[in-house]
This record gives sequence, structure tokens and C-alpha cells, in this order.
Amino acid sequence: MSVIAAKDLDLTFQTNDGPVDALKGVTLDIDAGDFVSFIGPSGCGKTTFLRVMADLEQPTGGQITVNGVSPEDARKNRAYGYVFQAAGLYPWRTIGGNIRLPLEIMGISKAEQAERVARVLELVELAGFEKKFPWQLSGGMQQRASIARALSFDADILLMDEPFGALDEIVRDHLNEQLLKLWARTEKTIAFVTHSIPEAVYLSTKIVVMSPRPGRITDVIDSPLPKERPLDIRDTPAFLEVAHRVREGLRAGHLDE
Amino acid sequence: MRASVVPVLTVVGCIFVLWYAAAVWLNAPWAYDKATRSGEVLTFGRVVEDTWSQEKPKLPAPHQVGAEIWKTTVEKKITSKRSLIYHSWITLSATLLGFALGTALGILLAVGIVFNRTMDMSVMPWVIASQTIPILAIAPMIIVVLNAVGISGLLPKAMISMYLSFFPVVVGMVKGLRSPDQMQLDQMRTWHASGSQMFWKLRLPASMPYLFTSLKIGMAASLVGAIVGELPTGAVAGLGARLLAGSYYGQTIQIWSALIMAAALAAALVGIIGFVQRVTLRRMGMA
Repeated sequence: MSVIAAKDLDLTFQTNDGPVDALKGVTLDIDAGDFVSFIGPSGCGKTTFLRVMADLEQPTGGQITVNGVSPEDARKNRAYGYVFQAAGLYPWRTIGGNIRLPLEIMGISKAEQAERVARVLELVELAGFEKKFPWQLSGGMQQRASIARALSFDADILLMDEPFGALDEIVRDHLNEQLLKLWARTEKTIAFVTHSIPEAVYLSTKIVVMSPRPGRITDVIDSPLPKERPLDIRDTPAFLEVAHRVREGLRAGHLDE
Repeated sequence: MRASVVPVLTVVGCIFVLWYAAAVWLNAPWAYDKATRSGEVLTFGRVVEDTWSQEKPKLPAPHQVGAEIWKTTVEKKITSKRSLIYHSWITLSATLLGFALGTALGILLAVGIVFNRTMDMSVMPWVIASQTIPILAIAPMIIVVLNAVGISGLLPKAMISMYLSFFPVVVGMVKGLRSPDQMQLDQMRTWHASGSQMFWKLRLPASMPYLFTSLKIGMAASLVGAIVGELPTGAVAGLGARLLAGSYYGQTIQIWSALIMAAALAAALVGIIGFVQRVTLRRMGMA
């Protein structure tokens, strides 16, 4: 059964310049354990689609289920962890305190909180930084802490909205590698928004190419790359071929205008 | 710390020089008047000496104010009606009570305004309108009305302090409680946090820097309120009473010593809040 199933999804924003079709007829299935990237120019609705999955936006038409239920129920069941573009750590809480925050909100016992914080910090390789404040960490480490926070309550789905967009190339490569390892270990279903072609191709089992006005899906590419992916896979012909197809898809979306 | 000593002392020195010069300028006519009547001819040195030691000068010299403060604080018993410490305490107690009431009211109103749209639309304009009424006009009304219902003494003055000090707290806290951005609110939503969790874990801690800034302004306003509140009560006690009594009898030295005392009090109170702010924000990792 698919973890996320969208059928003919529409979302129209009413703005002062008239209605804007952020999503139009979006149909997509994401299976358990998939790593799906959404790529496209700004305004193509990739972030909006992710926010619909998270029940942060309401679709104006079509159906969508997350874990077989409505996004609202999925949110209330705490079915997903959401990683935003900025780390969004609270400056008045330590790294450990920040990761504990959703656990406190969910009413998890103190002993289990401590155990989970230690486990997810280990997972993102930040063990030993529990007592540090966010400003004492680099941008990349802060984003890792925010991923740890999204993992802390063991949701099966991870929704990531350009989590590495604000980081430099080298840090980004490193975090991409770590994210793949983390995904392999936790077997989560990941939906990942990006506007970097290499990032999308390197990470994903499925690449969704989107295009703007109206926001829609123009191509869905099932990646032929193996699950095991060292960084230098990016120089192989198979990788370049997928990247080429993504680029073609993006270009085709632009020619429509 | 040491780097600021020289500039601060320089400024203080300049103020003293200007003050002494202004005392000569403002008090000289009186010195010449006296001399003309007694047929004396004054040298410049005699004029300066006279202008710095008159009993009721237009502008008392700093050392006269200093001597008056010394006389009325150190050399008087605290229980004496002529002790400046006694009067300061009267004003201070009204200030602190008014400040506490104003802070509580301000925070309460801010919470209401942030969480209730109706309150946001209806209360905020009144809060702003309340501060456009001159406090000097409304203070006697508050005293008279409260006296009529049998409330007198500390509370009416504290009410006036509250009236002035709740305003910066409301404005600051509304801004502070609204300071979390959309992403932080969305984040809370993804965790299915309740309204109260959102308040205690996000909005309230995020508002702390705003709160302390507001408290500093509120404390200064509260002191002004207490002093103004002492004026219409017939000048019984307090720094305001000293100011009023001083102006009745032309006791400029008394007025200035009360003014300096009020300024010192305000500086000390704001300094205490600043200290609490530093300690709190440092412990919260925000400073």
C-alpha cells in the first residue's frame, strides 16, 4: 500500500492578483521506504505539495491520504517528522532540549525522552553536543540537530523542505551522504524538496519533476541507481543519464509557457 | 568597564562646569540687587561666591544640593518627616506596587490581545487612547474618586503608577508574544501542539527579551506616576510632596535634592532590572 497517495490534487490560492494555481491535477503514489525528491523552479508547487501532505495547507480539490488516512489525522497521529529550510532551533534551549521539545509536547516520559535524545543524536553524529546551545554549532550541525528532532518521535515518514538549501556545497555533500546512510538504517519514507539536480539524483529512488503556472507534475523518474551510493557515483554514466533526463524535464516545463 | 570610566567622568565634569557657570549667570541679578540696596560695589570674585551660596537661588550650585542631600539622608533619622530617605521610601513603595500591578495587567492584556481576535480589535485602541490623556489631568481624578470610596494612602498612587507602567508592557509583550515566525508556528502544528503548549514552550520564552525592555521603561514610568500621584494629595509625604512643598516656599535647594534623589532611584531600579535581564537571558542562552 502506498504511504502517500494523491489523486487529482488541486490547490488554488486567492491572491490580490486573482487566483493562483499552486497545484493542478497532481497525482502521485509514494511507497513505503521510497526516497522521493521533488524538483522544479520556484512557484512549481513542490513545497506546497509537501505542506499539503503535512496538513499545513488545505487542498481545494482532489484526494490525498497519508498512511491511509487524511493528512489532518496523520498529523494528529504524529505520522511524520517535518524538517524546514531553516533549522528553527529555539535559542533558549540546548540541542538536547530542542530535540526533547516534540517529546515533551507528546507527553513522553522523562526517562524515555533522555534515551531517545541520546539515540537520535548518535544517528546524526552529534553525540556529545547535547548540552550545547544552538549558537555554539555551525549551520550544518544545526540542521543535523533539526533532523534529529524530526526523527526523535519515530515517525515513519520524513518530510524535508530544502533542508540543505542554505548550506554551502561541501557541507551539503557531507549531509547528503549522511542522510542516505540514515535512510538506509531507519528505512523511513522520505519526501525531499530541492532545486538542485545533483542532490535530487544522488538521493532519490524516485524523482518528481514539477513545473509552474499551474503547479503540476511533468515527469516521474524511477532511478536505476543502486541503493548503495558513494559520492563518486555522481561521475558515472548512469548518474549523468538520470540527471540529463531531469534537466530535459525541467526544460520542457519551461517551454510550455 | 575601565574604557568607559574616562568618557563618563569627562561628561560628568562638563556637566558640573556648565552647572556652576549657569548658577553664576542665573543668580547674579539677585546678588547685584542686594549689593545695590546696601550700596556695595561687588568684585567678580564676590559675585561668584555669592551666587554659589544663596539661600534661595534660582539655580542652586551642585555642592549646595549635595550638602542638602547629605543633611537630609545621613544626618536625619529615617523616621523623621525631614528625612529624604523617608520620603523616598514612600514614593518607592507606591512605585513598586504600581509597577507590579502594571506589569501584571500589561502581561494579562497582551496575552488576551494575542490569543483573542476580538480583544485585539477592541482593547488595543483603548490601550493607546489611555496614554494620550495627560497624566497630570487624570491623577487628581483617580485620587478623588478612590478617596470617595474610602481608598486612600498607598493604593491610589500605585494606581497612577500602574496606569503609566502597564502601557509599555502591553506593547512590548504583544510584540514579544507575536515574535515567533510562521515557520516556528508551523513546526508546532506538525507536532500537534495544543494552544497552551504553544504559549508556554514557544511564545512566552520568545517574548523574554521584549519583556525586560518593557519593564525598564515601565519602571521609569511608574516612578513618574508615583511622584505625580503625590502632588494632588496635599503634599503629605513622598518625593512629589517634597517637590511641591519646595516650590510653595521657593526652596529650590530642596526641589533639586528631591529631583536628584528621584533620578538616582530611577537609575537604581532600572539598573536592577538590567541585572536580572542579563542573568536571566544568559541562563536561557539568549545573551
